[in-house]
This record gives sequence, structure tokens and C-alpha cells, in this order.
Amino acid sequence: MKILIVDDFSTMRRIIKNLLRDLGFNNTMEADDGSTALPMLKGGGFDFLITDWNMPNMEGIELLRQVRADPDIKTLPVLMVTAEAKREQIVEAAQAGVNGYIVKPFTAETLKEKIDKIFERIAG
Amino acid sequence: MDNAEERLTTHLALARELVGHLENGDEENARLVIQQLRFPYERELFEELGKLTRELHEALKSFRGDSRLVEITQDEIPDAKERLNYVVTMTEQATHRTLNAVDEGLPIAESLHRRAAALTENWARFRRRELSLDEFRDFAHDLDAFFDATGQETERLRSLMSEIMMAQDFQDLTGQIIGRVLRLVHDLEESLVGLIRLSSGRMAPSEPPGEVATPAVSRDEHERGPTGPAVPNTHDALADVVSGQDDVDALLSSLGF
Repeated sequence: MKILIVDDFSTMRRIIKNLLRDLGFNNTMEADDGSTALPMLKGGGFDFLITDWNMPNMEGIELLRQVRADPDIKTLPVLMVTAEAKREQIVEAAQAGVNGYIVKPFTAETLKEKIDKIFERIAG
Repeated sequence: MDNAEERLTTHLALARELVGHLENGDEENARLVIQQLRFPYERELFEELGKLTRELHEALKSFRGDSRLVEITQDEIPDAKERLNYVVTMTEQATHRTLNAVDEGLPIAESLHRRAAALTENWARFRRRELSLDEFRDFAHDLDAFFDATGQETERLRSLMSEIMMAQDFQDLTGQIIGRVLRLVHDLEESLVGLIRLSSGRMAPSEPPGEVATPAVSRDEHERGPTGPAVPNTHDALADVVSGQDDVDALLSSLGF
């Protein structure tokens, strides 16, 4: 299971990386915004994407749309972890095809719960 | 005959006339000629004064019309102060959260260290066959207790470490809030630079005042994209934001998630 973590704050990337390691996901990579993440994802090999929304160059919502528009990676599960808390934004992300949405600040339990739920749905 | 030459001829004629009047002691007529000579320069002065007045009027009008500056002053600076206050509170909370975990964790680590040292000493004595039967019984009892406690206490330490790690999320959240205040400072700077150019428009005539004072990006334009964490007691309160993860889950499940 290879996971890409996308956030413009390196501190948040480290926190998520640590939490994922606690959950048993040791194979993670990092990108600091959508425009660096997209070529990595297109390069293949990723099974899961965790992305922030508010980032320079390419925002998380745009990254999500680009992923869904690419036939090779459009089924990639995407979990958004963001401080964006407007209802219209959550609806927007849902319409763009997000698999899960976590608002910051979040807990380790929430991250585990959402990842589990996404995998359950994919399996079921 | 061009204008300059014509003016020269007229001036020369008037000057000769003036000299004539003065030589004749005709002060009244000399004064009239002097007035005639002065007239075109006075007209130029009045025209220039008129132009200045108009420019001043325009400058004042566009200053009043720069609604962005008004918006920033009345609305967004108080809002930004509230955001920075919130950052102070958040960093304070994160620091306390971290220090609390350290306060709890350090004695645990120290106690484990102390007890392990005591056991090591008795273990060495045991290997040298220096322990009496009673001492060995106590030693075995201590070992049991230590093994029990170690499992629990290292687990507690792990969870305290994890608490310290999660407390560091403040850097991302406050970073986003400060980033937003920085954008406001940038807008304010642009508006002020515009204002300074406006008031010194005559010194830099290459840039007409009207064009320099382009207002910076309005707040509405900023709000269209992502805005970072919602801060209490600011404009964020007006937006329809969720109050936490439970709200997000409820909204998503209403959408069929």
C-alpha cells in the first residue's frame, strides 16, 4: 500500500506520515502541492491519496478533479484533510468525487476511521 | 510670422511705448503699458492654478472613492487583529498541551530508569550468587511488578509522545491564518502606495493619479477560494461553516456517503 501525502505545510505532512506509520502504512511519499503531486500520481504505483485543499499553485480540489479526469488514475481513493470548513466546500469536494473528508484539527482516531471506511467501501 | 516672433514684436513696441511715457513723465499711461505687458503671464499663472485645483479635487475624489482602503480600515484590520489574537491563543494551547504531556511523561521515564537500575544491580548480585533466598524472593517479586508496569507505562509514554506530535498541528493552522493576514497587509501596502503616489502626483507626472490608484483585490475575491481555518469573532462567523468532524460526517451522509 503506497500512499501520497500532499500538504504545503511540511509539519502537517510529518504528522500524517507518523500517524500512517502507527496504522501500519510504512510506504508513504510526500508532495507540497497539487502541481508536484499530479506527475507523481500519473507516474503510477500509488494506492491512496491524502490531500490538503488550500495550497499554492494547484489546490487540492483541482488535484482531485485532475485525478478523476485521468483514465489511468481516476479510481484512486482520495481523502481530503483540510481546514476548509464551509458546507459548500464539502459539497463541492463530494461532487468532485472525494472518498472522505476530514476537517483540521483532527485526531488519530478520525484518520484511522476514515481510511478504514474507504477501504471497506472499496472492498464491498 | 510665428507666435514667438509676434510676441517679441508686440513686447518691443510696448517697451518703446513705455520708455516714451516714462521720458514724458506720464505715469498713468506707463502703468497701463506695464499692465498690458504683464497680462499674458498672469493668464498663464491663473491657468496653472486652475489646473492644480482641478487635480487636487480629482485626487481628493479618488481618495474618497478608494473604497478598498476604507474597507480595509473599517472592516478588515479589526478582523485581522481578531485573527492574530486567535493565533496567540492557539499557540498558547499547543504549547500547554505539549508541556503537559512532557510533565506527565518525564516522571514516568525517570521512574522506569530508576527501577531498571535497581533491578540491574540485584541481577548482577544474583549472577554472582550473592542473593539470599529471601532476597531472591523479593527480587523475583520486584521483577514481576516491573514487567507489569513496563508494559503499561511505555504504552502511556507512547500515547504522550503521540499527543505531543498532534499538538504540532497548530503550525499548519496558524500558518494559514497568518498567511491570510499577510495578504491583507499586502493589500493595505498597495492601497497606501497608491495614496502616496496620488498625493505626490505632480512630482511624478509620468503616472497620472487616476491610473495609479487601482484598488487592490477586494475581500470578496479573496474569499472565493479556500480561506483556511474558520476563526471565531471574524467574518468567518458569517459563512456557513461546519463546527467539527461530526458535522462533516452528517453532511456527507446526507449526500449519500
